[in-house]
Amino acid sequence: MKDSTRKPVIAVGPFHPLQEEMEFFQLTVDGEKVTDIDVRISYNHRGIEKISETLQFDQIPFLVSRICGICSASHPLAYVQAVEELAGITPPERALYVRTIINELERIHSHLLWVGLGGHFIGYDTVFMWAWKYREPVLDLLEEITGNRNNYGNVKIGGCREDIPDELVPKLLKELDEIEKKTEMLTKAVLDDPVLHARLKGVGILTKQAAIDYAVTGPTARGSDVAIDVRRDDPYAAYADLDWKVITQTEGDVFAKAVVRLLETFESINMVRQALKKLPKGPVTVEVKEIPPGEGCGRAEAPRGETFHYVRSDGGNRPIRHKARAPSYVNVPSFKASCIGQDIADVTLTLAAVDPCYSCTERMAVVDRHGNLTHDYDMLLKLSREKTERIKKEML
Amino acid sequence: MNREELQNRLQEIKNKVTAVEQTTDNRIYLPCEAQNAYAVSKFLFQDLACRFVIATCVDSDDCFEVLYHFSYDQLGVVITVKAFIRDRENPAIESITSFLPAAEWIEREMHDIMGIDFRNHPNLRRLILADDWPDGVYPERKQART
Repeated sequence: MKDSTRKPVIAVGPFHPLQEEMEFFQLTVDGEKVTDIDVRISYNHRGIEKISETLQFDQIPFLVSRICGICSASHPLAYVQAVEELAGITPPERALYVRTIINELERIHSHLLWVGLGGHFIGYDTVFMWAWKYREPVLDLLEEITGNRNNYGNVKIGGCREDIPDELVPKLLKELDEIEKKTEMLTKAVLDDPVLHARLKGVGILTKQAAIDYAVTGPTARGSDVAIDVRRDDPYAAYADLDWKVITQTEGDVFAKAVVRLLETFESINMVRQALKKLPKGPVTVEVKEIPPGEGCGRAEAPRGETFHYVRSDGGNRPIRHKARAPSYVNVPSFKASCIGQDIADVTLTLAAVDPCYSCTERMAVVDRHGNLTHDYDMLLKLSREKTERIKKEML
Repeated sequence: MNREELQNRLQEIKNKVTAVEQTTDNRIYLPCEAQNAYAVSKFLFQDLACRFVIATCVDSDDCFEVLYHFSYDQLGVVITVKAFIRDRENPAIESITSFLPAAEWIEREMHDIMGIDFRNHPNLRRLILADDWPDGVYPERKQART
């Protein structure tokens, strides 16, 4: 294994438009079975925490929203909550609702994106096309509210930058009904398919104990029967006012994670609907004066799990330390528990099941015990798809 | 367990920490010396079944701080163990990865960027820094700021 990490296998992954972050997996295999996995990250480390120390408190939301395009609502939200905690700022109620709506719309589009890519990996490109088609109107709604499809730039310390105009609410509600109908159709098609049951069940199991030891969060934890959700456990924004439930599954396999995400999408649609109907009147921002010395922790439930930010201030206009932890940082190392013992054909899918930003799989290479490069991403994708075809044929 | 019981349980480690600071309802800080951080973290993870969130390292003027953030999800409380490493020349602290695999990456990261030695870490190779990054240059230290 030690030798293989020094091989120039990084050239395997092509630079793909889907890529948001680069991660490199090296699987040690014995025949078809994976015996060890080594993950290397930080090929594209951007030093966000360090840059943050050079910016003023109110500039940082724009920086952290660029940590990840998909989670560009949860990172700034976790950050501003940390600062609001340290400065004792209470944003107006309407702002809390606007934050909730944007964050739940983000979850809907992120989960649909995942379903589509999951389908792509096992050779169900129809699912990919459907899911991404139905995701599109969600992005349109976000654009309508914030002006941007991603990187919304809407949250700020003490509230929100843009309000949701009251006259937009009926239109949003109508669109949500459409999105719900389509998602329902997609969910039924996916969950009723016997081939998908055969292909996804029992694959890439993360046991409950491993989920606890690796401290995974989000759907990865909830698929392994660890019922944690920051929205419920440490309520922020307007979540405490809404009626919803935390979805869990006990199996811990890829199918369980898919079910958690699909059912969560409906919870999110429902939450946005409730929040729009309950939207209180009033301003969306309060005046913020100086940020006093102190420290604060902010966290938000991103589509992939808990996003955590820690901010420390010395009373100046910049933080002296800002720590940001994205959920993939704890979810990705759990591959050590979920991939070992799997077939190579299932690894692509197991890795994709925690929904790391998808570049991960692009950076995957299989090394045999002699340190030779044997499989690249395209071959792995082919293997995964062939297995689906095999199952299909056996069933017919 | 309610908040009061949680406070009572935290009293069990009061000789290991210098204070139990509650800043808000859902935030507790446990400042302690570096040599006690391992025991306090182990108590939080194994006895209180807290979830490890992440760790933060801070370059304070007279010491280094390693902050282990844990979450007690039942109550939504973030409990932060704040370990002070007084030796700035050879900063070191016991690794908690032995009982908590989730801490492996972040300890490697803090070793990279702050130069803190995590004793008995199973795999303290570089995580963040490139292979050709010079030894002994730690980007998150204050002196690296210019």
